[in-house]
Amino acid sequence: MPFKLSYKRFGEQAILVEWPKHIDEDILSDLLLFKKKLTTHYEGAAVQINHAYNSILIDYERVNFRFGDEVAALKQVYKTNVTESRLAHNLWKIPVCYNKVFGIDLEALSEVKNITEEEIIQRHTKVTYTVYFIGFLPGFLYLGGLEETLHMPRKATPRLQIEKGAVAIGGNQTGVYPNASPGGWHIIGNSPINFFDITKDCPCFAKAGDRIQFVPVDLKVYEGIKALVDAGVYQLESEVLHG
Amino acid sequence: MVKVLQPGFYSSIQDLGRYGYQNYGVPLSGVMDRYASTIANTLLGNTSDSPVLEITMAGPILEFCTSTLICISGANMEPALNKTPIQNNKALEVKRGDVLSFGKLNCGFRAYLAVLGGFQTASVMGSFSMYQGITNQISIGKGDELTIHSIPSPAKKRHAVMRVNNDYLKANSLGVFKGPEFDLLSEEQQKALWSTTFTVSKYNNRMAYQLEEPLENTLAPIITSLVLPGTVQLTPSGQLIILMRDCQTTGGYPRILQLKASAIDVLSQKFAGNSINFKLRNI
Repeated sequence: MPFKLSYKRFGEQAILVEWPKHIDEDILSDLLLFKKKLTTHYEGAAVQINHAYNSILIDYERVNFRFGDEVAALKQVYKTNVTESRLAHNLWKIPVCYNKVFGIDLEALSEVKNITEEEIIQRHTKVTYTVYFIGFLPGFLYLGGLEETLHMPRKATPRLQIEKGAVAIGGNQTGVYPNASPGGWHIIGNSPINFFDITKDCPCFAKAGDRIQFVPVDLKVYEGIKALVDAGVYQLESEVLHG
Repeated sequence: MVKVLQPGFYSSIQDLGRYGYQNYGVPLSGVMDRYASTIANTLLGNTSDSPVLEITMAGPILEFCTSTLICISGANMEPALNKTPIQNNKALEVKRGDVLSFGKLNCGFRAYLAVLGGFQTASVMGSFSMYQGITNQISIGKGDELTIHSIPSPAKKRHAVMRVNNDYLKANSLGVFKGPEFDLLSEEQQKALWSTTFTVSKYNNRMAYQLEEPLENTLAPIITSLVLPGTVQLTPSGQLIILMRDCQTTGGYPRILQLKASAIDVLSQKFAGNSINFKLRNI
């Protein structure tokens, strides 16, 4: 079903396309399909296309463009039907160690929420999360699907340093810090996986539309996986999902 | 090769930025003041995307181990070659063993040093621009050896002359367009935006410039959306944050203004305590 989109000029060089202001999977699918058509439409042109929850930004900085003409072209592309409209997605199984060595906020979270630490881990791992987009830090996945009972306002004072791989909860979101960074989220575990690898053409294994599931592992398994990741030989478990 | 005897306050290699990786959350990066870097490169006959050294506030001391041509543009930091003062915006020949140093910051905040052919440091994801987590280094350090092309000596003389307008270094008016959430502002808030003289806070760097004077704010945060260098965000506490070249690709604060490209150049030459104001422009 087509959505009513708005097209706004964003500075001298860009157009912002916006969907209704919700976070939902129907918008994500529609947006990713439009983005795919745009990528084909602009093939070979120095045009950058990026997206977030309910918007696409098309950056024409390095080409000449006329706003009115371009919006007309964009509307045409949005209307175009493509027969193959289902994009294949992967489900990635991400090992996470919820040991207290890493899960430094588990205890506090358990007290505030009045649920056991085991229950937090169980609720965090039973859900399949959807990757909406990558932003904030190189390789940081914006995930949808965190169970409501685990929602937790961000810390009033952010930590100056959060470890690489930290698995955390902030507001209604959960995510993995791809690199050490300051941050205000509550840390419940750590993943040994590299979420951003500059040596690869595709530096992130996951893409928008993919699914993520966290798999609990103990400290020993964590260390084993980490050694394999560091040696560059770890094979992340995944399956292909259709539609 | 250029040997770093002293790195200065903060000097990093930058080109026009890292394009094509924003979908992975990688910032655009690149020189803060494109006008200045383009002048320095053009006067040497370089392409405008040739990597330059961006010098912030206090300059480095550099020893040239290779003969080349150099050109400095942007902020005036009293550059000197072997302790003899040299001019900005002029191509100059340097010889093996020459030492380039800088003095007092007279005007502006960032100077650009171009060398013939550009600095040949590591290129990652199609760009030489240094950025944390992408390149090995985020700035140059003492003892570093920066690779440059060697040229036959004596160098072919360049007589390029260019009228360089340096007025922008002293300008404090930033041309802006309405941002995606501008229309959510009340009339009073809009009025305050145009009439307030804002002060650059001490929180200013390649990622963002914060302004001291808050704007009374009643807007709720937005669903995380896309931002660009030059986007002006309004935080819940009413703080204005102007995103710069190393900014994140996404953000959750209302985007009330978008700087003109030339206004990013102007702001790049400002530091804590400087005054700025916004002027609405039509596209």
